[in-house]
Amino acid sequence: MATAGIKGYAYCLNHAPETGFHYGNTPFIERETKGETEFLRELPSFMQKYEEARDYAPNQAYIGGIGLEALEKSPQPWYVNRMTGSNRYGAYGEIMPEDEFLGLMDICDVFDIIWLETSFAASVREKLAASPVMNDKLLARLEGGHSADEIAAETAHKKALPLYFNGAVVGCARNGHEVDDCLFAYVLLENLACKAGGVLSLLHLLKNTGMAPEEVDFVIECSEEGAGDMNQRAGGNFAKAVAEIAGCVNASGCDVRGFCAGPVNAMIAGATQVASGARKNCVVLAGGAIPKLYMNGRDHVKKKMPALEDCLGNFAVLLVPDDGTNPVLRLDVLGKHTVGAGSSPQAVTTALILDPLERAGLSFMDVDKYAAELHINEITLPAGAGDVPLANIKMTAALAVTKKAIEKADMMTFVKERGVPGFAHTQGHIPSGVPFIGHACDALKDGSMKRAMIIGKGSLFLARLTNLADGASFLLEPPSGTGAAGAAVSKDDIKALLLEVLSELSGKL
Amino acid sequence: MDLQNQQRIKDAAEKYGPENVVVILGSSDAEGAEIYAETVSNGDPTFAGPLAGVQSGLAVYHVFEQEIRDECDANAWEEQISMMEMVLDPEKLSEAVSGIRAQFSKYAL
Repeated sequence: MATAGIKGYAYCLNHAPETGFHYGNTPFIERETKGETEFLRELPSFMQKYEEARDYAPNQAYIGGIGLEALEKSPQPWYVNRMTGSNRYGAYGEIMPEDEFLGLMDICDVFDIIWLETSFAASVREKLAASPVMNDKLLARLEGGHSADEIAAETAHKKALPLYFNGAVVGCARNGHEVDDCLFAYVLLENLACKAGGVLSLLHLLKNTGMAPEEVDFVIECSEEGAGDMNQRAGGNFAKAVAEIAGCVNASGCDVRGFCAGPVNAMIAGATQVASGARKNCVVLAGGAIPKLYMNGRDHVKKKMPALEDCLGNFAVLLVPDDGTNPVLRLDVLGKHTVGAGSSPQAVTTALILDPLERAGLSFMDVDKYAAELHINEITLPAGAGDVPLANIKMTAALAVTKKAIEKADMMTFVKERGVPGFAHTQGHIPSGVPFIGHACDALKDGSMKRAMIIGKGSLFLARLTNLADGASFLLEPPSGTGAAGAAVSKDDIKALLLEVLSELSGKL
Repeated sequence: MDLQNQQRIKDAAEKYGPENVVVILGSSDAEGAEIYAETVSNGDPTFAGPLAGVQSGLAVYHVFEQEIRDECDANAWEEQISMMEMVLDPEKLSEAVSGIRAQFSKYAL
């Protein structure tokens, strides 16, 4: 059985309310097309302060500040019953405040796109210096800054976009080209934010695993952004750009895309390369998406509740050869939503969940947890999009009923026991299964779980290339504890080889 | 309802005549279904899309409503829809859309 080990993981959020207010797609388009509407006037009064975002239970679950059981026990609405005594840092990563994030974007900028105002740059330097994942080399990349007049001139005359903190302009994202819309300031800002988020998670991953940056062999990036120019709109490559900033000098990388199915496909691509021996190890990572900030803000404002979509979500997972000590990703029974599978929920659920289980000789009850589309329900419910993780586990349960794996009366027990509560921001690539890898691996290591399924689904039709959706899934299992497996020679392989040799020998005799 | 889908519905109603177009919703949420139903029959209530102010009176149904079920092949229904009947609340969704239809639709199946 081909497997790859999961040695470590990191999950971080970048709190970015003011970036979202100005450049999240919903407010940005509203402002561009209609001016300062009532929604835009009202939105600031519903935006969360950093401490509020930090104390929001799903955010703490995302960074590993609390477990998922604690999240489920915590009474909803979580935005009313905020946590007390929560920290910026969790077991997996952190919730970074917006000013430091603007500084991190400058650190990640190698084309002088981000300009920060001098005093702001100085204050951010001081704060970033206290971060457990920063080092002198990274801090040296933070610029000394520009005067407020220089920044004002750049935004007034050269199409730069202002960057804000505490309501004031503290910098700008500069325009990259006069006519190439792939290099306009908005796109460059979006891409740099994504790169910076990827870097932050990679830094936490290195810290969490104790791995030196030089040891990273390959990076696969799986966000939903497109970096390129007008001749190759999404030419790439975020992965290598992220690896460069983190000091992974011996790594190369590539990007994998597939909307929300991207991360699961990227995990499979990385695991395959590691299990085959093509790479010594592989980091799968992604930064967040500025356009999705406040995507459902209009509904949140209408319902007079906090506009919760104020965080960029990012993650990084380290895949290594299976040496028996780490939880494993099984490559022998992957879920694949084929072109001909059909697009009804029934067809998709069958392709992604039932088919791989049948091929593995397993039943629905052999998987402890199913993780698909882990959106925070307090974000989606007010927008009329339902409780997405609940709908997904209900679909799995309903399919189990139709296949007579469980009784209809037991459907809600199945849902309760085997579902995962949503704790991921509506960042597209982030909700789709991957946030659960960390919590699942913890449970697989401590023996409280024996199997989990990670499921990604992507809305390919949004790009107008095909009406199809996509999906992929894989199983996670506990460390075997039996030494090398995967691409290396297994006990069964040796047994088969010995039998073959003995049979040849007896033939000759 | 996103702007492109609003445009597609508007175009179809103009091309074939509103009396010849039926909108079938598959929304999983009753509140969302009401808004979509209102958008296609009485105009976009958010005044954001091409259907803003367009009181086309189109016939609108949720896929779970009996009228739609009656039109479907039973095997196809079993294969494509039956699982979701267990997942969602067909009655609530049907009520949500039929309520809006009673208020704003000028046409019916």
